[in-house]
Amino acid sequence: MTNRRVAIVAGCRTPFARSGTVLRELTAVGLARVAIRELVERTEVDPASIGTVVMGQVVPSVKAPNLGREAALGAGLPTSVPAHTVNRACASANQAIADVASAILLGHVEAGIAGGAESLSDVPILHSRGMARILVEAQRAKSLGGRLSALAKVRPRDLVPDAPAIAEPSTGLTMGQSAEKMAKENGISREEQDEIAFASHRNAWAATEDGRLPAETCAVFVPPAYDTAVATDNLLRKDTSLEALAALPPVFDRRYGTVTAGNSSPLTDGGAAVLLMSEERAKADGYAPLAYVRTWAVAAVDPGGQLLMGPGLAIPKALERAGLQLSDMDLVEMHEAFAAQVASNIQALESEAWAREKLGRSSPVGRVDRDRLNVCGGSIALGHPFGATGARITTTLANEMTRRDAKFGLLSVCAQGGMGFAMVLER
Amino acid sequence: MSEASAFTRETDAEGILVLTLDVPGEKVNTLGRGLIAEFEGILDEVQEDEAIRAVVIRSGKPDSFIAGADIKDFTRIRSAQEGEALSRAGHATLDRVEGCRVPVVAAIHGTCLGGGTELALACRYRVASDDPKTALGLPEVMLGLVPGAGGTQRLPRLVGLATALDLILTGRTLVAPRALKAGLVDEVCPASLLLAVAKQAALGLAAGRLRPRRPGIPLRERLLRPIVFSKAKASVLQKTGGHYPAPLAAVDLVRGGTATSQAEGLRLEAQAFGRLAAGPVSRSLVSVFFATQEIKKDAGYPEGTKAAEIGKLGVIGAGLMGAGIAGVAADAGVAVRMKDSSSAALGRGLGYVHGIWDLRVKRRRLTRLELRQRMDRVSPTLDYSGFRRADLVIEAVFEDLDLKRRVLAETEAATSDACVFASNTSSIPIGEIAQGSRRPAHVLGMHFFSPVHKMPLLEIVVTPDTALEAIATAATFGRRIGKHVIVVRDGPGFYTSRALAAYMNEATWLLEEGASIDGLDRAMTAFGFPVGPVTLLDEVGIDVGAKVAKVMHHHFGDRMSPPPSMERILADGRRGRKAGKGFYTYDGKEKRVDESAYALLPPGAGRLALDPRDTQERLAFAFLNESILCLQEGILRSPRDGDVGAIFGLGFPPFLGGPFRHLDHLGARFALETMEKLRARHGERFAPAPLLVDTAREGRTFHAPRD
Repeated sequence: MTNRRVAIVAGCRTPFARSGTVLRELTAVGLARVAIRELVERTEVDPASIGTVVMGQVVPSVKAPNLGREAALGAGLPTSVPAHTVNRACASANQAIADVASAILLGHVEAGIAGGAESLSDVPILHSRGMARILVEAQRAKSLGGRLSALAKVRPRDLVPDAPAIAEPSTGLTMGQSAEKMAKENGISREEQDEIAFASHRNAWAATEDGRLPAETCAVFVPPAYDTAVATDNLLRKDTSLEALAALPPVFDRRYGTVTAGNSSPLTDGGAAVLLMSEERAKADGYAPLAYVRTWAVAAVDPGGQLLMGPGLAIPKALERAGLQLSDMDLVEMHEAFAAQVASNIQALESEAWAREKLGRSSPVGRVDRDRLNVCGGSIALGHPFGATGARITTTLANEMTRRDAKFGLLSVCAQGGMGFAMVLER
Repeated sequence: MSEASAFTRETDAEGILVLTLDVPGEKVNTLGRGLIAEFEGILDEVQEDEAIRAVVIRSGKPDSFIAGADIKDFTRIRSAQEGEALSRAGHATLDRVEGCRVPVVAAIHGTCLGGGTELALACRYRVASDDPKTALGLPEVMLGLVPGAGGTQRLPRLVGLATALDLILTGRTLVAPRALKAGLVDEVCPASLLLAVAKQAALGLAAGRLRPRRPGIPLRERLLRPIVFSKAKASVLQKTGGHYPAPLAAVDLVRGGTATSQAEGLRLEAQAFGRLAAGPVSRSLVSVFFATQEIKKDAGYPEGTKAAEIGKLGVIGAGLMGAGIAGVAADAGVAVRMKDSSSAALGRGLGYVHGIWDLRVKRRRLTRLELRQRMDRVSPTLDYSGFRRADLVIEAVFEDLDLKRRVLAETEAATSDACVFASNTSSIPIGEIAQGSRRPAHVLGMHFFSPVHKMPLLEIVVTPDTALEAIATAATFGRRIGKHVIVVRDGPGFYTSRALAAYMNEATWLLEEGASIDGLDRAMTAFGFPVGPVTLLDEVGIDVGAKVAKVMHHHFGDRMSPPPSMERILADGRRGRKAGKGFYTYDGKEKRVDESAYALLPPGAGRLALDPRDTQERLAFAFLNESILCLQEGILRSPRDGDVGAIFGLGFPPFLGGPFRHLDHLGARFALETMEKLRARHGERFAPAPLLVDTAREGRTFHAPRD
């Protein structure tokens, strides 16, 4: 193995905004572009030294399927810098970071930008299969008559658009239903979920007030008038309370459910990017890296079972690769798709049965100290632009490790398809 | 040049003679006298050589078909007769092309202007490459001329009256797809196929297979002739104020020529061409054209001085000037980091440049994609992040010396040692801003004019400390963004603001003496300025004007002292258009004189009826004398720079050729007499510049006499 290390030099993201609100005029490419450009400007990195750009996106932009390339070009990186786009569902930006880190470890590049973006205000609305077939036929027709006779086949039901749902293709269950299932099967109480949500808002608010999160974000000027500068996240609430959270009705199972809008991550628009370099390059260029990548791991469970338990496998796998224990971690960032999912995974890590049955170990992975968990808030409070979240978490963890002079940090993200991603950072 | 041959001849197996024009030693092809003789010889051969079945004319230059006639030939025209003869000679050659025994096809790639377009028009068929650099036009009117080689006659017969008048009267060019739509070219193809397509067309024409439809002037236009021409004439008069004879002559030629035969039309065209070429307006405009060419070579630093390429530009201040500068830089493909102290100001700046480009999209000058790419190049910021890699930083903050010094210090801390710092101040001496600079060799002024995307001048201001490399860097960048660049020495108001201040100061004195607001404006637009001085003051901002006036007064003493009522005007909250209150009203529909302003000016509401000629004389001579002082003090390097600066920065009438051409035209003695007369009437501010006194006494001119 190589003895190279990957440095996390800096990260930058757009504000995260509820879909359909202040950032709705921007596309995912536009959001990614702003994040990359601002990252390059703030780090003063030589754009020509960037060896590769990898970006994550989950709901693809139909007109710009390779978001990474479009965003890199739009951000003013030299045309000679290659770029690609990855999709590991909600862990896409993590995968992008892992891709760039791999390229650095292999010595293929010395520096790269990784991140991702999502605009859930700008999802592709598809024609029905029937309509699509007719339109293709009409387009291929050689004469006007042929075109008209193809179009004449349109029936009212063909006109119903087909919008993508956040559902699991292999089971048909939506994410919320999956979370609901996990809460019930794992016995996660409504109170515990609301407490996780409350902590998310409280921590996010504190980190916003004292400037820790604003330092990671950059303003987005909204076209076409450009008179609005979106400079702050618009989802987190200062005034939320356990009582207010408790008052919300369950969304996915109105009778017996516990998963509410308050303890789930909302649909969000945003983009984020991270600058990675080889340790030698970072030092040679005079950067003080925030943290280094120790290792990472990806794991997957049967999507037909408990869908969002991936981190329960990925975390021990990453820790094992790192040669470290959960107790060595000074900080832990867990993506909060749902409070129920966070609680279920923590439960699994603490569970002997999970260790025995899923990991083949005799003792549990370890306890997650809540005081070290998501200390700047999580996706419930800040929002969750699928493609960008991983870069937000990595940046925040690295920054917070620097701030606290922490030795080790752990992050995990659950993803559609039963996958989980975990990464260990070190300083 | 006449030694080496400009044409390469190559006849292929099918009998097509391919003529490749490549004037030796020049970047572009121009049609000089020597070239025409060579071309005549080739036409003789074609006439005799039966083996030649067709001719294709193309260019050997990378991105230029033919840039037009050699303009130096125009300056040698001494009389209308000589000009007419030159035009007739061109007619004779192109008539031979048109009537050639075999078809002649023009294969056009790159710019095709003036005589180049006229040659193409005389060909039987025109193929153009679809390259964006391929553009056709007849820009003669910009030199105070009409097309003199058949353009006014062949163009309307090919594309119709409206299109022909549009092209001839505006001098604008058409890119290939538009030229195809207008009927100016017959076919458009990729540049790589140009020769093959042209050859194929030539063979088709020779064999009679290809018979292009030539519908001539459409019936609708023939029926509406009187309306078409009267509208064209009215529009010309409205745009030129009657100062420019060429467009009017062009309207008459198209009308007269299309009412009779082409031969008769050509005869009329030659007459008009000769008359205009020998006339004062064309001479002035040609001299201005040469001046704009010469300033590229005699650019204010030794040739070969190393200029840094601007990969990234920093702009401080996102107001109209800052955003405007960011916009023109982004237009030229430069990445811009634009800083201001508030998000609101940044947003307004981005909105401003977006508005400029959006208008171009609406006018189909820009695609949506190009707009987005331009917006992408401008990145807004509240701090100095992203400045480390800037090669040039231009500040356009509020006109305040302390603020500018602070901005300079902050910029020097945020940038690399190689970075050049430019102030866009319009009046503060650069030397004062540069006091305390850590890198005074890299500090200079880059004075842009508002609106930046429209005003073609960039005045670069250099101090004794400014390094040549910094000047070269700024000037090269200025030319890259399409500006005419003059380099002047540092001093209060440099050249442009100083000459303008003298002029504006005289205007305010006229108001003080009882001139009417609109009367003053009318007199100066009649003189040839695009807007009158009072309108200009309202547009620039009366407070801004007063600030400049104060700087000028401070440095130049009594001769620049403003009249007392200006204080009252400002105290009344009249800051001009931006405040909605100035010398004119800005509430809604029509701009009218704000009569209430007269209450603040002696002698009140009843204004005096002044002779506009007196007004013109006073304002013009205030401007001219200040220009001479600038030349004498070495602020201006040459009369040529003064002409370019006044015309492109201040709207000095181009048909007068600029202040120094105008002075030479009037004669130094006459100018001196006028100054003495004005001095006797209005006081010492009209004391003639010593250089004017010397020039008059020695019977010299300001410009060196032309060959």
